[in-house]
Amino acid sequence: MTSSETEQTDEQNATPTPGTDGLTDSADDWSADQSTDDRTIIEARDLDVYYGDEQALQSVDVAIPEKRVTAMIGPSGCGKSTFLRSINRMNDLIDAARVEGELLFDGKNVYDDDVDPVALRRKIGMVFQSPNPFPKSIYDNVAYGLEVQGKTDDVDEKVHRALERAALLDEVEDQLDESGLELSGGQQQRLCIARAIAPDPEVLLMDEPASALDPVATSQIEDLIEELAEDYTVVIVTHNMQQAARISDRTAVFLTGGELVEFDDTTKIFENPESQRVEDYITGKFG
Amino acid sequence: MSTTDLSRDGARSVRGTAMRVLFALCAFLSILTTVAIVLTLLLDAVDFFAAVSPIEFLTGTKWSPTNEPVAFGVLPLVSGTLIITFGSAAIALPIGLLTAIYLSEYASDRRRAFLKPALEVLASVPTVIYGYFALVYVTPALDTFLPLSTFNALSASIMVGIMIIPMVSSISEDAMSAVPDSLRQASYGLGATKFTVSTSVVVPAALSGIFSSFILALSRAIGETMIVAIAAGQTPRMVDLTDPAGLFLDSIQTMTAAMVQIGASDVVGQSTAYKGLFAVGLTLFAITFVMNLVSEWVASRYREVYR
Repeated sequence: MTSSETEQTDEQNATPTPGTDGLTDSADDWSADQSTDDRTIIEARDLDVYYGDEQALQSVDVAIPEKRVTAMIGPSGCGKSTFLRSINRMNDLIDAARVEGELLFDGKNVYDDDVDPVALRRKIGMVFQSPNPFPKSIYDNVAYGLEVQGKTDDVDEKVHRALERAALLDEVEDQLDESGLELSGGQQQRLCIARAIAPDPEVLLMDEPASALDPVATSQIEDLIEELAEDYTVVIVTHNMQQAARISDRTAVFLTGGELVEFDDTTKIFENPESQRVEDYITGKFG
Repeated sequence: MSTTDLSRDGARSVRGTAMRVLFALCAFLSILTTVAIVLTLLLDAVDFFAAVSPIEFLTGTKWSPTNEPVAFGVLPLVSGTLIITFGSAAIALPIGLLTAIYLSEYASDRRRAFLKPALEVLASVPTVIYGYFALVYVTPALDTFLPLSTFNALSASIMVGIMIIPMVSSISEDAMSAVPDSLRQASYGLGATKFTVSTSVVVPAALSGIFSSFILALSRAIGETMIVAIAAGQTPRMVDLTDPAGLFLDSIQTMTAAMVQIGASDVVGQSTAYKGLFAVGLTLFAITFVMNLVSEWVASRYREVYR
């Protein structure tokens, strides 16, 4: 036991990992190495968001890796959803919202004057807290984004592929003309995922996508998210810590006041967080 | 034994009952009035149809209740009403709908808070003022480039159309505001523009309310009296589809205007002409009643259930 600890310390000293004070164990070194290989697709630099006089995010710095699942966790009102909505500028729809700092998508600040939020949102799909299919047929729901974005070639094939990717095709293949509102809650949410991925965005934002669903539907959605990360960068907000631990590669912990307290590999956050406040939150002493 | 007093308070029960009876009476009063009106219409119309056969009334193409040779064909009046209805619909439905889209989707909260009540002021202008405005200002203005009669269907249609715009815009805007925001978010999230969100999500989802507003506004146009009596003239005329321009440029007479004319003339209370007033009234009532039924049906047929 003593010898192995010494061995570990030697290893740490030999290859110090930046930003971790050389205190991580070897398992964390492995994932830290992996994540340094990842390309950053979304990066916030000193990002502040205000709703009127109220500050919802405080100088958030974060680099989200491409084709990984990144989870945002924290208590209600901590700013995690606000952060998600600042990525695709959905906050623009709220009159009182104001953003300072930078949010880079593929190296471009999305709050620059020459950025059209409509074009931005075509690169970044979104799935919402409660399933919100349009009162249209299942087929038309999935085809909607393609029509809106003018991607009118091979619509049939793209609709089928998106439904298949969202693990819904088998269940609805014979009822594509029926209203999306006829489906169960879990099916509706998978329909919304199919709708979001049909135009083939680069990033998928998910705002507590399973919070309105039963445990079976939740587990289906979770399996799906892990599969989607093969092709898409997934950023998911959840208030369910077990969910974040199960499905995400990296986790950001927001605490009250819109402060991003810690951002690291998910295993590190849940097993050995740097911050005492994060540990208190994870272990249920706070929030 | 319990110290809490839970026994009945006699005075309170009596007050409760009295209030309930008062509210019920008020509710029944308006129903009673409606029934009484329909009954009077029916009774006098039955008298009229004893003298003039319903077939002659419903298919006749000449309306001349007081001048010899008398004729009681209601079709010229129906066609006059139709001209006004179509004309005002052409003005009010598109303008009202676009106004509603602007108010619901484009205007900021502050601007909507000012604009919506301002528009509804239009609905509080007495119709007699619209009528004289049409006759004194609209007709002369149009007359500078159109071969208009002094009394014409065009000016009256325009004014009736303007009068019913707030009805269309207000009810449609209510329906659009009731569309769940989650649907707009879904559409914006897919990279839709505001225009696409409005036309492909909000309007279809609010369709039942929009149709209801159209039908209510048209019912109002059909029943409108003062504007058409003042500005459209008193010339019962069949629709001549071979001369579409002439439809609007000349004087016509609507069902409502014909009723005013009979009521204001010196016909004897028991004469056929006088009873004809009620027959026309009954026809008018039947038309607007059917329109209201259609409106109810459309509203329930297209009502979307959101979760």
